[in-house]
Amino acid sequence: MSTQNPNLTYNYKVVRQFAIMTVVWGIVGMALGVLIAAQLVWPSLNLDLPFTHFGRLRPLHTNAVIFGFGGSALFATSYYVVQRTCQARLISDKLAAFTFWGWTAIIVAAAITLPLGLTSTKEYAELEWPIDIAIAVVWVTYALVFFGTIMKRSTPHIYVANWFYGAFIITIAVLHIGNNLALPVSAFKSYSAYAGVTDAMMQWWYGHNAVGFFLTAGFLGMMYYFVPKQAGRPVYSYRLSIVHFWALIATYVWAGGHHLHYSALPDWAQTASMIMSLILLAPSWGGMINGMMTLSGAWHKLRTDPILRFLVVSLSFYGMSTFEGPMMSIKTVNALSHNTDWTVGHVHSGALGWVAMISIGAIYHLIPKLWGLKEMYSTSMINVHFWLATVGTVLYIVAMWVNGIMQGLMWRAVNDDGTLTYSFVESLEASYPGYFVRFLGGVIFLSGMLFMAYNVYMTVRQKEAAAQDNAAIQAA
Amino acid sequence: MSTFWSIWVSVIVLGTVFGCWWLLHATRKSQTTDVETERTVGHSFDGIEEYDNPLPKWWFYLYVSTCVFALGYLALYPGLGNFNGLLNWTSANQWEAEVAAADEKYGEIYAQYGQTPVVELAQDEDALKIGQRLFANNCAVCHGSAARGQVGFPNLTDDDWLWGGTPEAILQTLHNGRMGNMPAKGVMPNMTNEQVDQVVNYVLSFSGREKDAAAAEAGKAVFAQGCVACHGPEGKGIEAMGAPNLTDNVWLYGSNYEWIKETVLHGRQNEMPAQSGRLSSDQIQILAAYVYSLSN
Repeated sequence: MSTQNPNLTYNYKVVRQFAIMTVVWGIVGMALGVLIAAQLVWPSLNLDLPFTHFGRLRPLHTNAVIFGFGGSALFATSYYVVQRTCQARLISDKLAAFTFWGWTAIIVAAAITLPLGLTSTKEYAELEWPIDIAIAVVWVTYALVFFGTIMKRSTPHIYVANWFYGAFIITIAVLHIGNNLALPVSAFKSYSAYAGVTDAMMQWWYGHNAVGFFLTAGFLGMMYYFVPKQAGRPVYSYRLSIVHFWALIATYVWAGGHHLHYSALPDWAQTASMIMSLILLAPSWGGMINGMMTLSGAWHKLRTDPILRFLVVSLSFYGMSTFEGPMMSIKTVNALSHNTDWTVGHVHSGALGWVAMISIGAIYHLIPKLWGLKEMYSTSMINVHFWLATVGTVLYIVAMWVNGIMQGLMWRAVNDDGTLTYSFVESLEASYPGYFVRFLGGVIFLSGMLFMAYNVYMTVRQKEAAAQDNAAIQAA
Repeated sequence: MSTFWSIWVSVIVLGTVFGCWWLLHATRKSQTTDVETERTVGHSFDGIEEYDNPLPKWWFYLYVSTCVFALGYLALYPGLGNFNGLLNWTSANQWEAEVAAADEKYGEIYAQYGQTPVVELAQDEDALKIGQRLFANNCAVCHGSAARGQVGFPNLTDDDWLWGGTPEAILQTLHNGRMGNMPAKGVMPNMTNEQVDQVVNYVLSFSGREKDAAAAEAGKAVFAQGCVACHGPEGKGIEAMGAPNLTDNVWLYGSNYEWIKETVLHGRQNEMPAQSGRLSSDQIQILAAYVYSLSN
């Protein structure tokens, strides 16, 4: 329907770079996760060194998986999707290359500074101010490249995947700059611009939207391209896309306060965050429905296509955790779940089940196309990876559910004389079996990533594999 | 909050809820069919088309019901600026009500012990059981579940007391807390490194463990100038100031040369937090009896 320019080529180089780094940071970040999970079972693995202590490695784990693994996956897929659905090459190869090298350098800087103990102490925003400034610069460049490419598109409309990527890019810029405003006192130390409960509210406005926009809106963008593409089916409902997109981005920004229930945060802000979190259920499920129903008429493909399995199971986990989230935001439920391992399980059902699985599916879809091949080196290895990832995720989540609910109940158990039945240490002791199962789940999930690395390596070194910018009209 | 901010909050909260609701209804209204068809909206992006399917009915009602719940909740609970909600609920009065309910339920159990003297209470098995539970949840985090303490937190099972081990002293410690402060280099800020070495050897010599007898001898004069004010001429400490006895070989911050040198060079600050306000005075009475019973 649109005029296609046969001379148009896409910039796949930056997509290839980010795709490879997705696998690399995935393995690094998840290996760190397995290590700190092991430290909770066997504390001597802290090695009595400050650099290898849980307190320093935990933020490195979260930064490596969220920004290294998740970030690289988002860069790779958004650059690929925006070019293909707009039928336009990225506006500048140089700026795109800058975002790749800049972003990679930032993750490396995180891997150096966090073990050294340089931290601003804000969860998911631990990096100190010079790195924060670098992130802002790279991010604004990313926005320029992405929206610049949309501006020069040769399609009449903007595809829904790009709405989600766009919302994610804009909101993350606002969140990152807003929450990280700080007064530097030295090259590696700064103090937050906000004080007290305002600081806490800013932090969780940022923290929950790191989940809502970085780990949700961005990955919904990914979903809207790779699910219909891999299934070879039209998107289920355009109308549903519109409603759930606007409702999702309008309500997510409110939800952060539910991290501060029963705190010094004013009651009205707690209430507002709770009701918005509940309203968020339907918009979230809108995305799941649109992805799942896109498969109607193509369900049989699940039998033979493990990539599609990754994508579909990721949507199931997305639906599950976006049901769990609103429930946990209810004050009464939160009074039980807060500070327990339930929260950790909830995060990982989203992080492993949704974010990681959809990224893995998308990367398996991308790699052959980026190297001019028909398929991955080994489809059965993708299948093995699929089962390892699913079993690992389920073990992890179930262990944390059991632990979390047990901890919540133990902490509130009361004797006949009104004293607490259990001391904190007793609830910790009771958590060890769960910690071990969680470690096991992590090992299984990580081993799947190693299969992926091998499979990707064998794919791109095949004789006929040739990295090149593809012509626009070549069938994808 | 001021009227302006109250209105602002109400407008953006309700605006978000109703805005999404409007979008939901407007989109549904423009639907031309209630059933799934194979009709697309006519775009194609890289080969991807989109069906013009209606919003799933169950999903539509799910959305509407969460909005209805939200509006009902906003009517009952504080959320719209200064409006308190019809139930007049606040998190503070929920907490007060729960505390009052607990006091009513358990108050009698504690009241029977509150007036009993500590020494007598320390013989009462039932009181000690309660005391042990109170200790496990309020004190064990620093003093350990066996009350043997750790570096910086005193052992409560021995006969050595920083602030006194009489029932009155223990009650005072529990009710009002204690602030321990050993200034760096005592009251002799110009103490040289050599003098630090000497005074550390002198302190070690109280328990016959000096590294260098000559230095220990020289340290006596340094001690007299920098330390006696609190620790006394014989190093036996002064209870009223929480200054520890240095001659009994019981150490709060480690007993070897390096640890003691660290203490002299940089001082030590510590705090036992006050329990009044956290625990009732009846509970503190029981806790004091439990702590007293550990060494008596």
